Amino acid sequence: MHTSHSNIRLRIIKDRLFLALVVLLSFAMIVPLLLIIFHIVKNGIGVINWEFLTALPRPMGETGGGIANALAGTMMLIVLASLIAIPLGVLAGIYLAEQKTGRIASGVRLCMEVLQGIPSIVIGIVAYAWVVISMGTFSALSGSVALAIMMLPVIVRSTEETLRLVPDILREASLALGVSYARTVLKIIVPSGLTGILTGILLAIARITGETAPLLFTAFGNPYMSLNVLKPVDSLPLMIFNYATSPYPEWHAKAWGAALVLVVFVMGMNFTAKVIAKRWKVQF
Amino acid sequence: MESPVLRVENFSAHFGDNPVLKDINLSVQHNRVTALMGPSGCGKTTLIRCINRMHELIVDAGVEGSIYLHDEDLYKMNPIMVRKKIGMVFQRPNPFPTMSIYDNVVAGYNLNGIKIKREEKDRIVEESLRKAALWEEVRDRLHRKGSFLSGGQQQRLCIARALAMNPDILLMDEPTSALDPKATAHIEQLISELKNNVTILLVTHNIAQAARVSDFTAFLYLGDLVEFGTTEKLFTVPDDKRTEEYLSGKFG
Repeated sequence: MHTSHSNIRLRIIKDRLFLALVVLLSFAMIVPLLLIIFHIVKNGIGVINWEFLTALPRPMGETGGGIANALAGTMMLIVLASLIAIPLGVLAGIYLAEQKTGRIASGVRLCMEVLQGIPSIVIGIVAYAWVVISMGTFSALSGSVALAIMMLPVIVRSTEETLRLVPDILREASLALGVSYARTVLKIIVPSGLTGILTGILLAIARITGETAPLLFTAFGNPYMSLNVLKPVDSLPLMIFNYATSPYPEWHAKAWGAALVLVVFVMGMNFTAKVIAKRWKVQF
Repeated sequence: MESPVLRVENFSAHFGDNPVLKDINLSVQHNRVTALMGPSGCGKTTLIRCINRMHELIVDAGVEGSIYLHDEDLYKMNPIMVRKKIGMVFQRPNPFPTMSIYDNVVAGYNLNGIKIKREEKDRIVEESLRKAALWEEVRDRLHRKGSFLSGGQQQRLCIARALAMNPDILLMDEPTSALDPKATAHIEQLISELKNNVTILLVTHNIAQAARVSDFTAFLYLGDLVEFGTTEKLFTVPDDKRTEEYLSGKFG
């Protein structure tokens, strides 16, 4: 009697220990993220002000100046890359969701998986070879092509996966009303999966916003404001790279500030994606 | 007797090498309820899916023989035209989750790009919902999504959506199999009321339901049409031994 009692006690203690361990390790997981954010905020918050966000960089030696060129360049790269990747990616995703089997579909699926695994620097080299060399100049367009290639697998996969979840009975309901296949796909199936597609697009944007490697020899960087797609542009990650590798402490501080802006933007994208996925979720 | 709305003649259907329906002959009378009854796998659902040409959407599916709507061969028409003339209600309620109740009812017009005036739409919505006995319950919430509706209400919404297109015939594929008994009773009563204006072909695995709501009954077994006649005769003095055994619960 006595022994079985203490036995149970021991088991309860073990159980509590296990629970404590699991909770502890879960918290340990978020420590790196918190440290990164803490570090960036600590070093970057000091330089953030209105001028930093709206002014152009000044030459070394002058104080002040900002990152307006990089912000504009990053926005331009994102918009251009999205214009290329979203139509292609969503259409390919629709095709894959509709065509579950077949040689072409599995071929496309395999290609997307491989593409996802290709290092971004390699994609940059390819964009350099295709666009920069043939046009004879570094440009926002070439950078966008590289980023669009990186967005594609994310968009294709999320579109396919979301549309697969749309129940077949909705497709049948639409077809049974005499609606053509194309209209059924565009007006019933795609709208039913729209939140998932949007989420995928936002995550793809979040993914490419911080890419540096493919921009090194495509968008190239530009200390002046440029809104011309055929000219080199700066971007936040490129600017961080250039400032952080410079020998000047003032530029280091700017790199931290730009890093803070970049991280806030990417986290905002991720957060928006979460909110959209939750708020607009279609109940089947 | 006036000429039937729908005639199925020497009709067979198959999936690959698997025959599902063998040489079916059947006719559906105007403004009557015709029930297709039989155990699972007898081909009753396949038969109505052949009538609105949904069967052929499945890979490997094929048919022989003809089905006439009035005097037009459905298999010589464009399937899209066939489906505009023939309404269908499915086993599980499937209103479009992205649309309001109102838009669900006129989905057949909107999705097909048929332009009609706002007042005309309002009229169609009210009329269809009244026919489907749903109007009183949803009239104040027409522009909300249908997701708060109960299963039975959703199914009536789907019936309204099919009726809005003024179909020549309404196919119902076990419309109550996903519903509770109360909602089932409601739908059955609705079917009895609808038959004053609509020709209905009802698939059911529920013998009692066929007896309650139909005027004619067809008994299918293993892809054969075993017996077809008025519900009264089929349930009281069936010709075929298999019908009798099925009705008395010996199999199925």
